[in-house]
Amino acid sequence: MSDSDIVQDFLVESYENLDRLDRELVGLEKSPHDRDALASVFRTIHTIKGTCGFLGFNKLEKVAHVGENLLTRLRDGQLTLNPELTTALLGMVDAVRQMLKEIQSTGQDGEIDYPELRETLTRLQQVGASAAKQAGPEKLAAEVPSPTVGKEKAKSKDTVLSPATGLAKPAATEAPKAVKLEPAQPSCPAAEAVPGRSAEPVMAKQEDTLGVQPTPESRPREAVAETIRVGVNVLDKLMTLVGELVLARNQLLQISNTVEDTGLQAVSQRMNLIATELQGEVMKTRMQPIGNIWSQFPRTVRDVALGCGKEVGIEMEGKETELDKTIIEAIKDPLTHLVRNSVDHGIELPDDRVKAGKDRAGRLILRAFHEGGQVNIEITDDGAGLNGDRIRKKALERGVINAEQAARMTEHEIFNLIFLPGFSTAEKVTNVSGRGVGMDVVKTNVEKIGGTVDVQSTRGRGTTVRVKIPLTLAIIPALVVTCGGDRYAIPQVSLLELVRLEADEVGKGIELVHGAPVYRLRGRLLPLVYLSKELKLAVDEHAAAESDGAVNIVVLQADERQFGLVVDQINDTEEIVVKPLRKQLKMVKTFAGSSIMGDGKVALILDVLGLAQRASVIAETRDRALTEKAVEAAAREEKQTFLLFAGPGDSRMAIPLSTLARLEEFPVAQVEMSGSQWVTQYRGQILPLVRLNVVLEERRNKLRALQAPPAPDSGPIQVLVLNHDGRSFGLVVERILDIVEDRADVRSSATRAAVLYSVVIGERVTEMLDIPAILRSADVSASLSGVATRSAEVAN
Amino acid sequence: MDQTSQFCTFYLDKLLFGVELKGVQEVIRSLDMTQVPLAPAVVSGLINLRGQIVTAVDLRKRLELEPRPAGTLAMNVVVRSEDGAVSLLVDEIGDVVEVEETTFEPPPETLRGTVRTMILGVHKLNDRLMHVLDIEKACQMIDVPETVGVGR
Repeated sequence: MSDSDIVQDFLVESYENLDRLDRELVGLEKSPHDRDALASVFRTIHTIKGTCGFLGFNKLEKVAHVGENLLTRLRDGQLTLNPELTTALLGMVDAVRQMLKEIQSTGQDGEIDYPELRETLTRLQQVGASAAKQAGPEKLAAEVPSPTVGKEKAKSKDTVLSPATGLAKPAATEAPKAVKLEPAQPSCPAAEAVPGRSAEPVMAKQEDTLGVQPTPESRPREAVAETIRVGVNVLDKLMTLVGELVLARNQLLQISNTVEDTGLQAVSQRMNLIATELQGEVMKTRMQPIGNIWSQFPRTVRDVALGCGKEVGIEMEGKETELDKTIIEAIKDPLTHLVRNSVDHGIELPDDRVKAGKDRAGRLILRAFHEGGQVNIEITDDGAGLNGDRIRKKALERGVINAEQAARMTEHEIFNLIFLPGFSTAEKVTNVSGRGVGMDVVKTNVEKIGGTVDVQSTRGRGTTVRVKIPLTLAIIPALVVTCGGDRYAIPQVSLLELVRLEADEVGKGIELVHGAPVYRLRGRLLPLVYLSKELKLAVDEHAAAESDGAVNIVVLQADERQFGLVVDQINDTEEIVVKPLRKQLKMVKTFAGSSIMGDGKVALILDVLGLAQRASVIAETRDRALTEKAVEAAAREEKQTFLLFAGPGDSRMAIPLSTLARLEEFPVAQVEMSGSQWVTQYRGQILPLVRLNVVLEERRNKLRALQAPPAPDSGPIQVLVLNHDGRSFGLVVERILDIVEDRADVRSSATRAAVLYSVVIGERVTEMLDIPAILRSADVSASLSGVATRSAEVAN
Repeated sequence: MDQTSQFCTFYLDKLLFGVELKGVQEVIRSLDMTQVPLAPAVVSGLINLRGQIVTAVDLRKRLELEPRPAGTLAMNVVVRSEDGAVSLLVDEIGDVVEVEETTFEPPPETLRGTVRTMILGVHKLNDRLMHVLDIEKACQMIDVPETVGVGR
């Protein structure tokens, strides 16, 4: 192993150790008497000092040395950690980090040897020494031997490190020395803690030489899962290869579907399973707990809080929540900014807090959790909350919104204005925040990786910023469409639904608003964007002829606005491996990347946001989007989506949309009778049709209603296809009204069977159907098999 | 012996060009290409090079030469640029030639425009001149006017 390799290992190791130091020092401030933590801090600095002496980084060694001296006193209980000491020690950590960077780039430990820092550290140590003198002569006696203990330990500690850097031999020869030294140590007054501590380096050494634990673990007593260090580039390469494998598998599956060969099909099935599993596992190797970036926040919070004279405690929930490496990297800066912001602006000064009847120390809570294939990260403070009036005033001043908009906007919309560029309501500009850059950058960065940011706040109670981000970006599900003869992939996250208009519906379905095509989607106008026009593609005559004039609309969501993308053909959904576009094509904002399809050809991935911007669906200023977004976001809370329909006698009824599989319309002629049960043939199955009018009919009329065949001259029947307990059935209703989102919290108990409760949806009383009860009442299973339905119904 | 270097040569509109051999990854026949709408005109499309997606740059367009006659297939000279592999579309592949530094001359002052930035100079071969192409410059798209405005 060459010198540079040793230095490289030293750097990697030291960076990790320094990160841990940050955490431990901040932790120590809270519990200054934690001897284990102190010992660990001491060891870390000691290791760095020892190694850089060995490698000839003298300036670094000097700085580490004074830090170590101070730590020796702390460890031996001659000094107690106080904020001043912590700040000095953290300053030393920063200095060491700076020098390591210097070493990394130049190979030397830099010109600066931090005389002031060293002076401070020495002074603090002297303060401690004089304090110790006053404390009593027996303590003083401890002063002389303790540095020697430090030195002896320095030697043994050096050897702990060297096996990791590949110098196993000296470690082995040195080992007995360390053990031999032990008998000398009891003479030192700090002896009571020594045996345990001196045992540790030896233990660590054994592990090292055995090659079990490649890094000198500072706390060997903690159970450590067996891990090995793997270079990130190896993981990236693995990921690429798995991506290739997934592609090859897709190709294989396509081929095997066209070939009648059971052997081939069995193999490709197996291959499919293995590839899927492998993909999952490799993805896992790139997953990192979010705690990795959170771990630096205690330090950040401490520094910022100290800087503005505040007291802030940080709490973390869901540290173990895992995210893809690339995403972790991408959200690090935005999160740091949000945390700093919360401390700087959110949490009040201690005196103000007391006045407001809160604890002196503010609370900052970080939460992370999975939800619906996404990761939610919340940053909550119990500070003063956002001042809606001030934001409104500022927005008016800056001309971000006009007076009329300002009057119309809800509190929540106003809050979200803080994400606009150049918007800061901080009264004074601090070195941390208040310069008007930041929140918009946070938003932009989060959106870049397909995430969203939202802020909620209660005056006087605090603020919560919620960041939602996808789990991974490397392999995503996407819808593949064809346009102008080429395929394009649309990330599934932006996809809402697909609408197909047959040729005869196109005329009345697509309307024009002064030339701009729109489609009425459940009563709302959906702006239509023609992909071929936006991409300036040549019209594919062949495809146009093939589609018989039918129009395929892909309903997409971009920045909280919806639009319909008209494409030639909708192919299928596929898991695609995202490959970024090269520099030459980066400026084309309509594409997010490229991918290789099953047949080996390249397809472009559409950037829905970029496309929407190109098509001017989203104005460049976000005002309109923002307004609508805020309204929706406020309303979306605890909202459910319901399908509204008219039941018998035009009564308003609803079911949760989640229970619905499809909406269908059958001509009466397709309805057949099976016993007294209406059935229809649907997708190669017999679909029992439950008539709501029968279910809800008064008992005496039930039989008559039940036996009635469909009136032959009536129009097509509207059927809700539902899945319940793994079986499908159709619910015949009068008319489908709408799909609405509503909180549905005004409820009253049911007035008749098969109804769960009555509820106010869209300001009208609506009955919520009880689907299991309907099925029981209709007894679908019995009637299908032709068993005494009638008697069952009568008995009801 | 003088310093020599090897060049991979190719033809564009009957002109002889060369790129340093060590910058060339491979030379392949024409591949299926996916066009990139809205991209600069010099970008012919994307090709799948054994799982790696590579941008194909039409050198004729890049060097402001006449467009390639319809029906002729281009060859791909895949070169390594700072930003990964890029495929340069050329008419025909020539030999690998070894030249001495002494035969090199910078381009004449009369060569102007964007083309000048891409041509480092010429090597005077026995029977003709070989234009030495700057791979990085040829792969850069920044100074290329786009066919359409970039959507924002």
